[in-house]
Amino acid sequence: MRTTSRYPAAARMIAVIGVVSLAAACSGNGGGGGATGGGGEGGAYPSQNITFVVPFSAGGPTDTVTRMIAEPMAAKLGAKIVVQNVEGAGGTIGAGEVARGEPDGYTVLMHHIGMSTAPALYQDLGYQPLENFETVGLVTEVPMTVVARKDFAPATLQDLVAHVKSNADKVTMANAGIGAASHLCGLLFQTATGVKLQEVPYEGTGPALTDLVGGQVDFMCDQTTNTSGQISAGEVKAYAVTTPERVKSLPDVPTTTEAGLPGLKVSVWHGLYTPKGTPQDVVQKLSEALKSALADQKVIDQMAKLGTAPVAAEAATPQAHRAKLEEQLTTWGKVIADAGIKAS
Amino acid sequence: MELLDNLALGLSTALLVQNVLYCFVGVLLGTAVGVLPGIGPTATVAMLLPITFSFEPVTALIMLAGIYYGAQYGGSTTAILINLPGESSAAVTALDGHEMARQGRAGAALATAAVGSFIAGTVATVVLAVAAPPLARVALQFGPAEYFSLVLLGLIVSIALARGSALKALAMIFLGVLLGTVGQDIYTGTPRFTFGQRELYGGIDFVSVAVGMFGVAEILRNLENEQTRTAIVSKVKNLWPTREDRRRIVGPILRGTGLGAALGVLPGGGHVLASFTSYAVEKRVSKRPEEFGHGAIEGVAGPESANNAAAQTSFIPLLTLGLPAHPVMALMIGAFIVHGITPGPNVITEEPALFWGLIASMWIGNVLLVLLNLPLIGLWVRMLRIPYQVLFPMIILFAAIGTYSLGFNAYDVYAIVFFGLLGYVLIKCGCEPAPLLLGFVLGPLLEENLRRALIIERGDATVFLTRPISAVLLALAAAALVVAVLPAIRKRREVVFAEED
Repeated sequence: MRTTSRYPAAARMIAVIGVVSLAAACSGNGGGGGATGGGGEGGAYPSQNITFVVPFSAGGPTDTVTRMIAEPMAAKLGAKIVVQNVEGAGGTIGAGEVARGEPDGYTVLMHHIGMSTAPALYQDLGYQPLENFETVGLVTEVPMTVVARKDFAPATLQDLVAHVKSNADKVTMANAGIGAASHLCGLLFQTATGVKLQEVPYEGTGPALTDLVGGQVDFMCDQTTNTSGQISAGEVKAYAVTTPERVKSLPDVPTTTEAGLPGLKVSVWHGLYTPKGTPQDVVQKLSEALKSALADQKVIDQMAKLGTAPVAAEAATPQAHRAKLEEQLTTWGKVIADAGIKAS
Repeated sequence: MELLDNLALGLSTALLVQNVLYCFVGVLLGTAVGVLPGIGPTATVAMLLPITFSFEPVTALIMLAGIYYGAQYGGSTTAILINLPGESSAAVTALDGHEMARQGRAGAALATAAVGSFIAGTVATVVLAVAAPPLARVALQFGPAEYFSLVLLGLIVSIALARGSALKALAMIFLGVLLGTVGQDIYTGTPRFTFGQRELYGGIDFVSVAVGMFGVAEILRNLENEQTRTAIVSKVKNLWPTREDRRRIVGPILRGTGLGAALGVLPGGGHVLASFTSYAVEKRVSKRPEEFGHGAIEGVAGPESANNAAAQTSFIPLLTLGLPAHPVMALMIGAFIVHGITPGPNVITEEPALFWGLIASMWIGNVLLVLLNLPLIGLWVRMLRIPYQVLFPMIILFAAIGTYSLGFNAYDVYAIVFFGLLGYVLIKCGCEPAPLLLGFVLGPLLEENLRRALIIERGDATVFLTRPISAVLLALAAAALVVAVLPAIRKRREVVFAEED
């Protein structure tokens, strides 16, 4: 049933060509679209189109970040990069497909913090993050914010902690679904404060934020990419950012350390992966291209608007990425096991 | 007079050459992806987003919005011609629209859809311009309890979708609800009815169900009887609605527009309900309810108008609050951010040219759509003359490619086969696919909001009655149920349902 190529190459090609030529036709910049690169193996990498698999839906934060860096990376590598969204099951479908993919550098996975939480959340995952992937480099670390409906009583993070401690049976905390960044941050909040809270899951950030603005739920913890607009408009109240330093776009919001809850530190880190066994020189080339994309002023500006920034050049390396992955696997394995959460 | 100044500002922005051009590109693309089964506006907008990074922000948003509402126009075309709805709203259009096509009145159905959509789009644009911010505040009053009651009301009134036995329709709704539960439960993460297949964790895709139950089942039914098929083609009558048609569609278009505009404002799934509810209302108020399901032009006019009005007003939460009601809107939030505009309530005051320009462009886009679509009707109808042995493999091929490209998941294609066969068997048993599809779409919404409301209230079920909006909606639902079972009315219903296949 489950072989390495469940999706015949031809079928995939047709679909991609159809979609790409549609895009090319309408964008007006002509271009041959689909598979114009010489398909031959063995030549200098890259000799054909590279597919970036995003295991989440088009338009989400991870997808946006991928499309931002794909363009400058393609320019640096001298090959077309096609972004493909293979969503489902908290990112494990897309990751699983890349894990089983050809280790030739033409299939690259963009994944976020979920790479390190999936082994604890899912049984029979079908892949192991450390064993089935080569790490290419980190891309960005998106800070998170603790936000509440604007008429929620507590004024500061300290007040919030005191409030949830004495009203644990009344307070509601929203999140964007099992395994979502907001869910993980919520778990960490409960660990840091030692209070068990009523979580209200939503299908994605949009609906959760809508109900927070509408005052249907009390508070949540989500990425700056989603919350900055509502914070600066005063539609939600921000208590803290979960990074060691303040976020440029939200200068008035203190860090969790400043606000007195140093245990709540989390960022949504993103990284690039290839299937295990990809030649080291290919991984190196991808990592170099990533580094140059992250130094691109346009990318820096676009990320700044999302309330985030590219990682430092030394973090965009296979080694730094691997170290981060190992550390995070341990951290989240424990948090999730302690909370007794299972996604399957 | 401030409104007039604002509209003048908006029109002066929207009428800039490059903005009209990209508005046209957007609606043209939208129509194209709407017509092609499977490939939807979300994928298109996602792919084109990076291209728009170099545009002026207002130009980028005008084009992306055009793709979204353009797709709502295009979606009805394949639903009417080949019974292949690409979105839940188009499934309703297929009911009577395709029946009309089988009677040789495809042209009239397509023209009705285009004109209805245009009127709805125009009215909804005015609503957006006049009342967007206060309406958005009202929409935020809708929490999980209100959505639960609204969806329940929608389900009850929509039993009218059935043209045959109400009992079978009810059974189909339940089957649809069951199919809708497949996948990972969002509250506990527990996979339900996935049989260990990780590919099913995300649930069954709507497009697979619609393409299978409507399109493929229809093909199977056509193939078993070559005669009926040839009859359709030879019978292509007048392309345009007759005077009688025009008289009959005025009411449905206006009611559909009002209903759609109101429901579209609700970000938690209001636009999904628009076309279903409009169809039910039209059948209820019609003097000829027995024609519904057999090519009633009101069944095309109402839902199409409702759908387009809702598509337009669903921009209200996005533009006034920065909250997305649809994946396409989530992408547009990304576009806002990339262009350095923080989506949220400040957009109106900080970027008035962008806000009003986008609204004005929607009206221009609707004009462009109607100019684009009316001349195409003759061409579309001629498509029905393609020999069926050539046409049906092409339909299946495009449907399969489109569905696969949604998520690159082969299970979505397997699902077409499964639902095609299931749909065929159900047709043979006298069960109809529309109520099933309704249950499939609304079931998950019903469950999600029921459980969420109870979680927030710590299990206190009285919340549905103590919150005023929810209580009113539930009272309406109860009334609708009473109307449906009252013996005196039952007699009339028997006449209504007498013509069972």
